[in-house]
Amino acid sequence: MSYASVLIQFLNGLASASSLFLIAAGLSLIFGVTRVVNFAHGSLFMLGMYLAVALAPGVGFWLAVPLAALAVGAFGAVAESLLLRRLYRAPELLQLLATFALVLVIKDFALWAWGPEDILGPRAPGLAGAVTIAGQRFPAYDLFLIALGPAVLGTLWFLLKRTRWGMLVRAATQDRDMASALGVNQKGLFTAVFGLGALLAGLGGALQIPREPATLGVDLQVISDAFVVVVVGGLGSIPGAFLAALLIGEIKSFCIGLGFSKLTLVAEFVVMAAVLVLRPWGLLGKVRAEVRGAGALEPPLRLPSRGALLGLAALFAALALLPALHAGYTLVLLTDVLLFALFAVSLHFIMGPGGLHSFGHAAYFGLGAYGAGLLVHKASASMGAALLAGPWLAALGAAAFGWFCVRLSGVYLAMLTLAFAQITWSIAFQWDAVTGGSNGIVGIWPSPWLSGKTAYYYLTLAACAAGIALLWRVLYSPFGYALRAGRDSPLRADAIGIDVRALQWAAFTFAGFFAGLAGALYAFSKGSISPETLSIPRSVDGLVMVLLGGIQTLTGPVWGAALLTWLQDAVARGVDYWRAVIGGVILALVLAFPQGAAGFLRERFAR
Amino acid sequence: MKLPLLLAALLAAGSALGQPVKIGELNSYKVFPAFLEPYRKGMELALEEINAAGGAAGRRLELVIRDDGGTPGDAVRVAEELISREKVDVLMGTFASHVGLAVSNLAAQRKILFVASEPLTDKLVWDNGNRYTFRLRPSTYMQTAMLVPEAAKLNKRRWAIVYPNYEYGQSATASFKKLLAAAQPGVQFVAEQAPPLGKIDAGAVVQALIDAKPDAIFSSLFAADLQKFVREGNTRGLFTGVAVFNLLAGEPEYLDPLKDETPQGWWVTGYPWQAITTSEHTKFRDAYRKRWNDYPRQGSVVGYAAVYTVATAVRRAGSADTEKLVEAMKGLEMQTPFGPIVWRALDHQSTMGAYVGQLARKGSEGSMVNWRFADGARFLPSDGEVKALRKE
Repeated sequence: MSYASVLIQFLNGLASASSLFLIAAGLSLIFGVTRVVNFAHGSLFMLGMYLAVALAPGVGFWLAVPLAALAVGAFGAVAESLLLRRLYRAPELLQLLATFALVLVIKDFALWAWGPEDILGPRAPGLAGAVTIAGQRFPAYDLFLIALGPAVLGTLWFLLKRTRWGMLVRAATQDRDMASALGVNQKGLFTAVFGLGALLAGLGGALQIPREPATLGVDLQVISDAFVVVVVGGLGSIPGAFLAALLIGEIKSFCIGLGFSKLTLVAEFVVMAAVLVLRPWGLLGKVRAEVRGAGALEPPLRLPSRGALLGLAALFAALALLPALHAGYTLVLLTDVLLFALFAVSLHFIMGPGGLHSFGHAAYFGLGAYGAGLLVHKASASMGAALLAGPWLAALGAAAFGWFCVRLSGVYLAMLTLAFAQITWSIAFQWDAVTGGSNGIVGIWPSPWLSGKTAYYYLTLAACAAGIALLWRVLYSPFGYALRAGRDSPLRADAIGIDVRALQWAAFTFAGFFAGLAGALYAFSKGSISPETLSIPRSVDGLVMVLLGGIQTLTGPVWGAALLTWLQDAVARGVDYWRAVIGGVILALVLAFPQGAAGFLRERFAR
Repeated sequence: MKLPLLLAALLAAGSALGQPVKIGELNSYKVFPAFLEPYRKGMELALEEINAAGGAAGRRLELVIRDDGGTPGDAVRVAEELISREKVDVLMGTFASHVGLAVSNLAAQRKILFVASEPLTDKLVWDNGNRYTFRLRPSTYMQTAMLVPEAAKLNKRRWAIVYPNYEYGQSATASFKKLLAAAQPGVQFVAEQAPPLGKIDAGAVVQALIDAKPDAIFSSLFAADLQKFVREGNTRGLFTGVAVFNLLAGEPEYLDPLKDETPQGWWVTGYPWQAITTSEHTKFRDAYRKRWNDYPRQGSVVGYAAVYTVATAVRRAGSADTEKLVEAMKGLEMQTPFGPIVWRALDHQSTMGAYVGQLARKGSEGSMVNWRFADGARFLPSDGEVKALRKE
């Protein structure tokens, strides 16, 4: 690289850093105050893009940008007051489920309103051309963006540090219960913060239209980048987000400049993993005050009653007898339900009783699938051997990643699991010679005697029922009680001699093994595997299943898995805008049963 | 045909009369709507035409359409549903390569004909080819090969390459380098950029390509990546004095959004729907515009031809029996809006071609000029190479 191109790549990095910062700032602000992990932040960004593109021909680009930002901000405020406000008392992470539903609804809304084709917006009038810097042409608009990042940072700094409103926001960020006790109107504050965060997301989106087209896929692309920036910077820290955006923008830019463009696939996740391992609270983050009172302490898991056990036994018997009555597609669908139930129960094992929120559980599902697939494909192993050995690869991965993860807690832990999952995904995606790259491995079928639908259904039923029973049984063993003690009060658990970390590490590995078993069964039921089995959407599906069923219950994840899989199957078949319908159903469920479906039933009948 | 056979065929047809031939179509309608909404319209037009003309082998055609969610796992489940609950006679569709491969693998396992309409991966009919899978569109290799003669003609020495980092981009790049090096010994490849699909950091990529000082660029970018690349390249002057070749960029799905950014003079593969005046295309275009009040895209042609493929195969087989259909597909000759095609018995690839031409801009609309039709049959490797790949 010549000096000139080093300079230009540096400026390129600054321009992308500004764009990243705008999205991340809003997300960080929202999380800091409301503790809502706002999955829909990328969708707000996308709304900003589409609104600006739609408005620009009429009112001109420079007016369209603020109008779009304001509209998205207003939408955010409305969504907060109608939806999220009802959920602050619900168990942690339930708001995440609600924002995930919003993602689905907004995506289909955009498709309905603006159609399927990409829309390339106008160039910014007055900044349409290029300026010459060091003999190279550089877009004038990018210079504007480079200046805008620090300007927004300065404005936010002023707002938060020099105004009364900002003082209240900072107080709520630090200790929202204390702020509330001192008479700060939380409701208004939360709505305003959410609106401001949404406005920033909309502004970020609107400002991108001279650089990239408005497309329907942009929401999910943006959200993972935004999360990474927020976490690397330190949750709730705006200057931290700025620093992180700079770091990631420049690293990506120089990866490309130096000819390592393939690294950009995971560069940000490698950075995030490294930062979290070395600085568990991000670059500029602070150790958070414990949240008091929000979401009452979980009631301890009681031993299931005799009636409940009989009910489960009856369910198993019914499932075992089903093939005698019905042998068609129902068995294929139930095979999926069963193995996703095992996947969800294994995730619940660490999330619920373990208190370790994993956003990257698909890594172990996928490792199990790849383990089995590779054994069949490369080592010509028999199906039985592959099914038994595949999950060990998942356990190995879980042991390796878990060692780092259990050192963190809360959202930091969640994001580190996500980073490891993305790194694993990118290895599967790029390592053509072994994993088959983006196409994956094709031709992994069960042995002939098991290849019939009924036979494979019985295999899955037996394996999943055994796995689920074992996971549940362990929760009522001394190990399980100690794990729950570690979640409820790490300090006290430590004081009575429980090695909480070692325990959590073991639980993480144990759960990884069973996710891997589900993955291996999945591989043989589909006949092929691809990097999708390790991807973020698969992890999110797992989360949705656990939360939908109710994280504080034992059997919830099973019902959640059944409900989501059935919904995806039934609605996608009959309805054009099926994503919006699924989103709507999830929203309705969340509002009606904030404790999850099974949690609701338990509450109803426990009295 | 001998008389008893003819009678038997008539009887078989008679007993099945009234029972439609069911086509199970699965595709990623929500993930790639820009291509697949026109595709769906093309399918429905073909279906209406065929049924209005009395169907195939005396039977009506019926489409059972499903969204495959864009993932191989869901696609396989949906295909199972089509096979076992809907009892379809034929599977059709898929867009992304990995989904196409997974469904093709299932088709071989469940022994059902699979007409893969859109996936471009070479592996579908070569490395992973099987008895039950047939592919309509010209593959990545074929479309790349269509651009190579023009590329070699320019005799440029220093080439830079940019491609989306997944199988399609990788194999387009590999084929291009191999074919161009053979056609033009001494050619140099001076830079390679592989941004992640859908997430190109266009400014940095364009600058890196400028630094490499290429005489020519080969790109397989498409959709949003292409639009970002074009705008940054225009602003930063990457394309001045540099010849650019871009797969697929002439397809209306990817060309139309470029509007006044459309780069002049690029060599592309695509579909100049306004300008093709062959009788089979005019007939198709007029019918499409009449039915949908919209112009056809590349996807419309693919969907239309895919449904006609099934109808023609059923006619030739005289039944919807899978094994008979597979035999009927081998060497099947038929008409498409792009002219006649043959389904090769050798590797189950159709010889459908594509249009090769240059991009031009008129006002704020892009179009293809200087185009010619490249017949797919002329851009395939030798039979020996194909056989070696198919391991048959």
